[in-house]
Amino acid sequence: MSVALDPGPETTAPLAPVSPHRLVDLVFRVREFGIIAVLLLLVVVTASIQPRFLSLQELQFILLDTTVFALLAIGETMVVLTRNVDLSVGSVLGLAAYVSANQFGTHPGTSIGVVFLVGAGIGLACGITNGLLTTIGRVPSLVVTLATLYIIRGIDTWLVGGGEVVANSLPNAFLHIPRATIAGIPVLAIVVALGVAAAAYYLHSFRSGRELYAIGSNPDAAQLAGIPIGRRVFTVFVVSGTLAGIAGVLWAARYGTIDSTAGTGYELTVITAVVVGGVAIFGGSGSVVGAALGALLLNTINSALYVLGISAFWDQAIAGLLLITAITIDQMIKVQLTAALRRRSRLGA
Amino acid sequence: MEPEPNVAPPPTDVTPGEGDRAAAAGLGPRSLIRWESGLLLAAILVVALGVDASSQFLTNGNLFYLCISIGEVAIMTLPLTFIIITGEIDLSVASILGLASALVGYLWSHGWPMPAIIPAVLAVGILAGAFNGFLVTRVGLPSLAVTIGTLTLYRGIAVILLGPNTISSFPFSYTKIGVDPVPHTFLSYSALIFLVLALIFGVVLHFTPFGRSLYAIGANKEAATFAGIRVKRIKMWLFMLSGLVCSLAGILYTFRLSTAVQNNGLGLELNVVAIVLLGGVSIFGGTGTMVGVVLAVFVLAGVQNALFLTNFPESALGIIPGVLLLLSVLAPNASSFVHRAREFLRRRRVRGRIAAARS
Repeated sequence: MSVALDPGPETTAPLAPVSPHRLVDLVFRVREFGIIAVLLLLVVVTASIQPRFLSLQELQFILLDTTVFALLAIGETMVVLTRNVDLSVGSVLGLAAYVSANQFGTHPGTSIGVVFLVGAGIGLACGITNGLLTTIGRVPSLVVTLATLYIIRGIDTWLVGGGEVVANSLPNAFLHIPRATIAGIPVLAIVVALGVAAAAYYLHSFRSGRELYAIGSNPDAAQLAGIPIGRRVFTVFVVSGTLAGIAGVLWAARYGTIDSTAGTGYELTVITAVVVGGVAIFGGSGSVVGAALGALLLNTINSALYVLGISAFWDQAIAGLLLITAITIDQMIKVQLTAALRRRSRLGA
Repeated sequence: MEPEPNVAPPPTDVTPGEGDRAAAAGLGPRSLIRWESGLLLAAILVVALGVDASSQFLTNGNLFYLCISIGEVAIMTLPLTFIIITGEIDLSVASILGLASALVGYLWSHGWPMPAIIPAVLAVGILAGAFNGFLVTRVGLPSLAVTIGTLTLYRGIAVILLGPNTISSFPFSYTKIGVDPVPHTFLSYSALIFLVLALIFGVVLHFTPFGRSLYAIGANKEAATFAGIRVKRIKMWLFMLSGLVCSLAGILYTFRLSTAVQNNGLGLELNVVAIVLLGGVSIFGGTGTMVGVVLAVFVLAGVQNALFLTNFPESALGIIPGVLLLLSVLAPNASSFVHRAREFLRRRRVRGRIAAARS
């Protein structure tokens, strides 16, 4: 990478027509376009075989299923960008879903706003725990969140006991949240899309957002550049936890029945979506838009298989292959890009 | 056995920089307390806890139950220990177990004889591991991402093979390993296999050039390459070994439960990783011992079993691996933790004062 850092070409050689930045930029855009292209191809092929796929209801289902994952993906992207990982999101989602939805049973008449606050509060607490253990405890986040994955799920199982929250005990207004639409588009999907846009803007244009990339691409350099690594990493864990808490409440509203297994294994699905969306697993590059598109792609594949009558059993194998294909293509582009940059800088020098 | 005292995973959230290593070594007398000694103490405490909890704890029946509850997971920790020491990770272990289990069921229901099934399944396990190894060493992808992908992929293949079916018509001569202990002992067959393999893996890791080279790779890949260690080839072998051992665990798992279903062993990868880390193997590679991992297996299985015998709410048993894991990484840096917290508060005060002075 010393090649890319060499300021020589820009100052001494006006010969180089394309700046490396633009090349890098292009590659990232290629990634998001790539997902969109795959997505469109999938939709077109599926719809041409089974037109029912383009029915309003089917599309609404896809969007709604994606909202929960996209919300988790925003937080996970921010964490992964800093070269950390949050494996506890599935457990946080489960705990928040149960405790928040249970409020309706234990405190009849609880307002929906309070329930969302409860969910977000649980997520916040979990995020703070992860963040403190990672930053002040200086324990690798993979290990911390692996541990909290178990602990939070254990607390959830213990609280739920043998019981579960059923849709009957939930107020209709709550269950109707996912069903609200504007011009046929679920309101939730719009809200989450706005959230993705806001997060993308933040990461792209705010100093603290840019610093997340710096931390992920070279922690030592970031430290020397005076970036408060601890504070930034703590913040991304808090954001990830809180979003997982809110996602838990939405999950409860969407599915109505919540037992102790809600959200089990979601952490890996979310990470798959994030990585398929072009976020490098060791940080430093990627975007929330890509991650959200990754989540959309995974859910669209689900629905497409279902609509095509292909057994849902193929679903997991395809998701796995997709992830491997995505990172393999990334790696190939990276190798090409590095070679191109090296050639260019040699030309310039 | 170890050139370097095994103090906890390096206390950084990113890479084990030289500074951190020096800091860890500078802990003074604390670094002389080996992680394994702590685990041994924990193991003794576990036995005490168990005996105190119930007179049943040391009975053959209970010990057999203890063995059987951890056997396959314990077996899978062995190759993973090697892999983590070289600084890689394999999260697909439980999916390879699931794939092997599904394949046993699939082939059996298609009329294959058992003596043909077992080698075939082991071969598929090696292939699965080789695919991981290929992607990591030849394509150059990070093993974390690769094995999250193959975790889903291999589980997906298991799901495709069996669908919603349950195969459970295996001959008793094989499934008896789930009910009978090894004659004259309380050990389950899986536990016996684990102990034998652990001995072999331990000797290889600590007393052969091959084993020592794993530490070199984990400590510094480039240096290892220049020292003439064939880093890529060794990692490839390790992933294949992991595939082989995990498919063996899958066969045992299938016979023990006498059922092959697509979600056999779902989620066990996290237990396996938790045990290896609890055993004192650094997630960044380069440190760890086999003794530690074996003790960690015992501590985890023992605690869960002992708590099971008390009135501890069964539903909350899932917390135990998490709590042990956290303790195991926090305890060794407890002193530096307090120091850092103080430093943090002090800086904050100073900053506050500067801000106050400026305004």
